[in-house]
Amino acid sequence: MSESQNKRGELLLQKAEINKRKRRLHRKRKMLDWGVFTAYLFPSLAGVLLFFFLPLLMLLKTSFQKSSTNTDFVGFDNYARVLTNKAFKDASINTLKFAVVAVPLAIVLALLVALLLNSGMPGKSIFRSILLNPMMVPVASIVLIWQVFFSYNGVVNGWLASLFHIDKIDWLKSSYAQVVILVMFIWKNLGYNMVLFLAALNNIPAEVIESAKMDGAGPVKRFFSIKMHYLSSTIFFVGIMSLINSFKIFREVYLLTGDYPFDTLYMLQHYMNNAFRHLDYSKLSSGAIIMCIVMIIIVGFLFFAEAKFGGDIEE
Amino acid sequence: MEDQNRQLIRERRRMQATLARRKVFTTTEKFESRFDHMTQEEKDAYFRKERKRAAGVLARRNVFTKIAMGFGVAIAIGLAILALVPIFYTFINSFMSSAEIKDNYGVVFQSLSGHAKDTGATYLDKTVVLRMVPERVTLEQYKTLLFMSPTYLLKFWNSVIMVVPIVLGQLVVSSLAAYSFARYRKRRREILFFSYVILMLMPFQVTLVPNYMISENLHILNTFWAIILPGVFSTFSCFLLTKYMRQIPSSYIEAAKLDGATEWQIFTQIALPTCKSAIFAMAILLFIDYWNMVEQPLVLLTDDQKQPLSVFLSQINEAEIGIAFAASALYMIPALLIFLWGEEYLVEGISHSGIK
Repeated sequence: MSESQNKRGELLLQKAEINKRKRRLHRKRKMLDWGVFTAYLFPSLAGVLLFFFLPLLMLLKTSFQKSSTNTDFVGFDNYARVLTNKAFKDASINTLKFAVVAVPLAIVLALLVALLLNSGMPGKSIFRSILLNPMMVPVASIVLIWQVFFSYNGVVNGWLASLFHIDKIDWLKSSYAQVVILVMFIWKNLGYNMVLFLAALNNIPAEVIESAKMDGAGPVKRFFSIKMHYLSSTIFFVGIMSLINSFKIFREVYLLTGDYPFDTLYMLQHYMNNAFRHLDYSKLSSGAIIMCIVMIIIVGFLFFAEAKFGGDIEE
Repeated sequence: MEDQNRQLIRERRRMQATLARRKVFTTTEKFESRFDHMTQEEKDAYFRKERKRAAGVLARRNVFTKIAMGFGVAIAIGLAILALVPIFYTFINSFMSSAEIKDNYGVVFQSLSGHAKDTGATYLDKTVVLRMVPERVTLEQYKTLLFMSPTYLLKFWNSVIMVVPIVLGQLVVSSLAAYSFARYRKRRREILFFSYVILMLMPFQVTLVPNYMISENLHILNTFWAIILPGVFSTFSCFLLTKYMRQIPSSYIEAAKLDGATEWQIFTQIALPTCKSAIFAMAILLFIDYWNMVEQPLVLLTDDQKQPLSVFLSQINEAEIGIAFAASALYMIPALLIFLWGEEYLVEGISHSGIK
């Protein structure tokens, strides 16, 4: 009796030993995995920490200081100063307005063009190439032509005057200025967004569309009930890319109109740039931090929305 | 009554067809049909009529589709023209002589505030002359540009020397990081990845201030390194490549691991080749993005000699308009050549980035 008990005890001991060894091995492998993948990440992480995160922390610090030379702690004074600044408010509203109009418009137009090209039209790939072309054109080299088109003595005015006898206006200094910039934005980004949508449309299983057709779903119903479902993650992605690009419109605005453009074109970037020029660091850093927080909220919201609405099409 | 009945039957039939496609078969029950009481002749006549009607409908529908297609093509052609016009005119204008340019476009600059130092903008009522064909095709602009203005070549070289290291460096750094993000997905890494995404979305003016501060501290302000280093570590391509690498089927990687491949081997022999088109696409996108940069050099390079071509072009004024178009065209050419060369990769790479 005691012998068998002994045996069982030994067996248990052995088992425990093996388990322990297994666990240790497992932990070791986990550590190794962590080490290897951290090593792959290291160059990028080091650079990002050094060039983005560390300076952002420094920024956070200066945003609470009186000025770059005077390191007195002033609490939220700088933030209050920036948030009550009229230029900052106007600039934020302009930037926001542009993004709110431009991003959905870029999505819808690109989707329409993609649907058009995908409807079995001849020459699809040629049109795709041509529409993708503007993306590759550097802003600086096209600015001159925009100048020719939209200035007071420009081509658009000439046409409008001869066709409809409309008085000339200086487009970039009128209430239409944002529309002009919007046109440039769409011109540049339509192709890229369209290619994304074309890919997503091609990715919809043909059988699904076919059986919907058989079941008597019309084109509109097919679009909203089926295609939209498959497109939702692409719409999210296009939205993010357009948002990034909508901030880059500053280049066009800057190259066309310089440091102090017409009121409705005064973007947040102008504000930051000009604060830079005056070396107003505390203002600058609190402005940057505010922008940062707003961006985080927007992105967080977008990701939340995607997880909520786009998550159900895992293949 | 009959109509309602027929509707019901039709619906049931449709349901059955749907089920049949899902391999569920049900029996069709017999129903009253109008043909039960028809004689053969009547039936024939009926079918003849119906066939004719159907043919008519089809023909009409065909015409309609053709018209719609025509409209579609017309719209597409219109869009294509709109897309190409600005590029086309830049090239056309680059072959005009300087004098002709001044005649045609001089008036444009009159309404710009930089026109005359004291008077500001003037609004004379003139209109630009937009010509499809130059009066005389000459290479005068290009000659002046390439042989008589060394600054232009210097700035061109500045652009190249900044863009090429950024593109290559960023691709190396971010493909490594992307591999790590794609393969090692723990909670903390996902949070880090999310912060990368946020960094990617930050407009330049937010990251520019930190960039400026750190380059000041590292004493690289006003050198090319101030542009190149932050460029190399920018997280944009990391985001896209990660998205791409996560699409590699895990079975490939498992199989390689079972065969005893190291992570490095998996990276170089599976991950990189699978993402080839994405990497090329990324290279093209990065190239155009940095070839285009205006904000960073404006702030980070105080020396006028070091400015890239993009900034130089933006400062062209009335006096230099004679060569401006050629300068623009030459600036555009590398980007367009790269586009022509890598369009397939670009399209494929972009396409895959958006698909989950």
